[in-house]
Amino acid sequence: MRPLKNEETVLVFTKLKKYIGSNVRALLERSDGLYCFRLHNGRIYYVKEDIMKFAATLPRDNIVSLGVCFGKITKGGKFLLHITALDFLHPYCQNKIWIKESAEQNFMYGNHVYKSGLSRISENTPKYAGVVVLSSKDIPLGFGVAAKATAECRHADPMDIICFHQADIGEYVRNEEALI
Amino acid sequence: MGRAANFQDKPKKGPGRKARKQKDPVFPRATNDEDEPKKLSRRQRIRARKRTLKQEAVKTNPPKKMKKMNTKQKVDGDLDSEGEHQFSSDEMEEFTNNIKTNSVEETQAKTKFALFEKDGSSDEDSGGGNEDGEEENDDFGVGNEDENDMGFQDDDDDDDDDDDEKDIEKLSKKIEKKEKKKRAAGDAYLEESAEKIGIQIPSLEEVQQEDEDSPDLPNINARIKDTAFVLADFSKRREEGRSRSEYLAIFLKDLSTYYSYNTFLMEKLLDMFGPTELIEFLEANELPRPVTIRTNTLKTRRKVLATALIARGIDVDVITWSKVGLIVMRTPGNVTLGATPEYLAGQYILQGASSFLPVMALAPKEGEKVLDMCAAPGGKSTHIAAIMRNTGMIVCNDLNRDRVKALVGNFHRMGITNAVITSHDGRAFAKLMPRAFDRVLLDAPCSGTGVISKDERVKTSKDLKDVQRCSHIQKELLLAAIDSVHKFDGQNGYIIYSTCSILVEENEAVIEYALKKRNVKIVPTGLDIGKSGYVRYRQHRFHPSMQLCKRVYPHSYNMDGFFVAKLKKLSDGVPKTTQDKAEDEEDESITPT
Repeated sequence: MRPLKNEETVLVFTKLKKYIGSNVRALLERSDGLYCFRLHNGRIYYVKEDIMKFAATLPRDNIVSLGVCFGKITKGGKFLLHITALDFLHPYCQNKIWIKESAEQNFMYGNHVYKSGLSRISENTPKYAGVVVLSSKDIPLGFGVAAKATAECRHADPMDIICFHQADIGEYVRNEEALI
Repeated sequence: MGRAANFQDKPKKGPGRKARKQKDPVFPRATNDEDEPKKLSRRQRIRARKRTLKQEAVKTNPPKKMKKMNTKQKVDGDLDSEGEHQFSSDEMEEFTNNIKTNSVEETQAKTKFALFEKDGSSDEDSGGGNEDGEEENDDFGVGNEDENDMGFQDDDDDDDDDDDEKDIEKLSKKIEKKEKKKRAAGDAYLEESAEKIGIQIPSLEEVQQEDEDSPDLPNINARIKDTAFVLADFSKRREEGRSRSEYLAIFLKDLSTYYSYNTFLMEKLLDMFGPTELIEFLEANELPRPVTIRTNTLKTRRKVLATALIARGIDVDVITWSKVGLIVMRTPGNVTLGATPEYLAGQYILQGASSFLPVMALAPKEGEKVLDMCAAPGGKSTHIAAIMRNTGMIVCNDLNRDRVKALVGNFHRMGITNAVITSHDGRAFAKLMPRAFDRVLLDAPCSGTGVISKDERVKTSKDLKDVQRCSHIQKELLLAAIDSVHKFDGQNGYIIYSTCSILVEENEAVIEYALKKRNVKIVPTGLDIGKSGYVRYRQHRFHPSMQLCKRVYPHSYNMDGFFVAKLKKLSDGVPKTTQDKAEDEEDESITPT
């Protein structure tokens, strides 16, 4: 477990910026203490400082997870955001999409969101912005990338893709091994 | 999902097969007896006419022996001697002879009283007696219920107290005598009938032979019940010349064949439960326990979740002794409980009801450091984290790397941020982090005898060696757990030991070992449900505080078998060895003189 190097920090923060904009500061300085990012086995973990210090005393090989895993840095040097980060993206995210109940199952199986499944979209969403996908009952279902800006969505065909799927909560069941 | 889905069952209509299924029964509206008098059949009308004639006859002259009754009783092939029936008719004569001024109704009531008693007693004997009783009753009243009769009697007793006290006393004494005889006769009858029916339990060799050849399961089941019946009152029901151990051996053999257990486990269970309770336990193990879920209080509340699940068609009900438990009655076929959007959003987790108990006993507070030594798949650990509301720190450990993945998945899904998940041998914590934790939960790996309903292999695969091995590991883990906690500082310093096994070797024996090897004390768990732990069990003698531990059985609480014990660490040191202690005691015993 080690703190992130500069390049890695840049990678992570640029990715996060796409979803939560300039609120990245809010992630690190929270009301109940200081949080930090740590790298362990190629994965980025977001954890409180006291817990991190305690865990640092444990043998490295046996530590499986700390706090919350945000994602992993691939061999090709890219940062992949996992569904496990959803709880922290959801409150700070600026752009949101609500989908109808009929489209929920479809999205949770890993498919993209079509215009026919779209219920609402937040105002002034730029094209290709990171969005959090919510159900009609405001349960966060995952996140993705907006394929069309809000203005374009209004004129889109029912079969047009509105949001590219990136991660959904169905992965907890489908894809457990990838999380660890 | 989609259009408002209606999960109610619609009654089928039309010419199809489903429409022809039998509907629920429709009961006719109950009519008040007071509103209209009951309609009489032709026979009843004839007899009513006869009765009125009789009454007039009684008025004029006292009745002789009622021939009708006597003949009927003779026809009865009862154990009752004829003398008894004649007795009652004699009484009746006596009675009616004494009555001079009483009304017809009162005489009827008294005779009815005697008859009623006879009826009641005849009921016990056989159906034949019953029929007679009913007919005689009819002679006096049409469609009267027993309650009416009794009421009638009471009134009459009050009236007659002055006049025929002595007669009534005599009558009641005679009736008491009769009752005693009846009861004795009843017992004798039972014994006789048992012999007549033939509780014949074959010899041990025959049973073994039968088992080898081809076991006939219904036959074995009947024999199991018979043997249990005999063992329940052995001194009276035994066959002469056969020992209790032979009966027990046959009982064991039959149970092992019928329920497919190995002999070792069946012996252990028989030692723990008596014959009748053992059968209950084994039956309970054949059925699955009800499915229960625990609400994740970090993300939702129980009521909200219950409403959401009911909207999906899943019938849930609240568990009364817990604030977060829900019991699932029914799920529709197209819904999997482990894949609903609520589950995936981390609002609940599937967990057995008995798994709530150790965490309720642990009662962690916010801001504490807690260790869970054998955490996978994470039901209890996530419960602890939810109670702590993501404050403090929880270290979850499990030896098995594959199961640790499930731990990680569950923790992330349920939104827990204050966890460190490791994969060590639990015993290592004593060296790595001694005295570092406030509370420790040890849900030790065990033989699984309490969860046979979940995993049938336990029935045949467990042997003495397995139990000893489990017990050994559990003892080491418990000592390591005790070493990882800091001593009691007024608020913290607790260890919870729990297993899903019911064997004493894995439960009380392990705690006893810990009491000897470390400075700990058993404290009350704070749980309402459960039976107390054993202080004496066969050859074992445990510390008296062992009764503060809790045991749960599948047949008593309809939860998986469980054992929970709460220990408080008094100091970090190791207590003196028993030898030193004995020497001290000797010194103490000498000094007073």
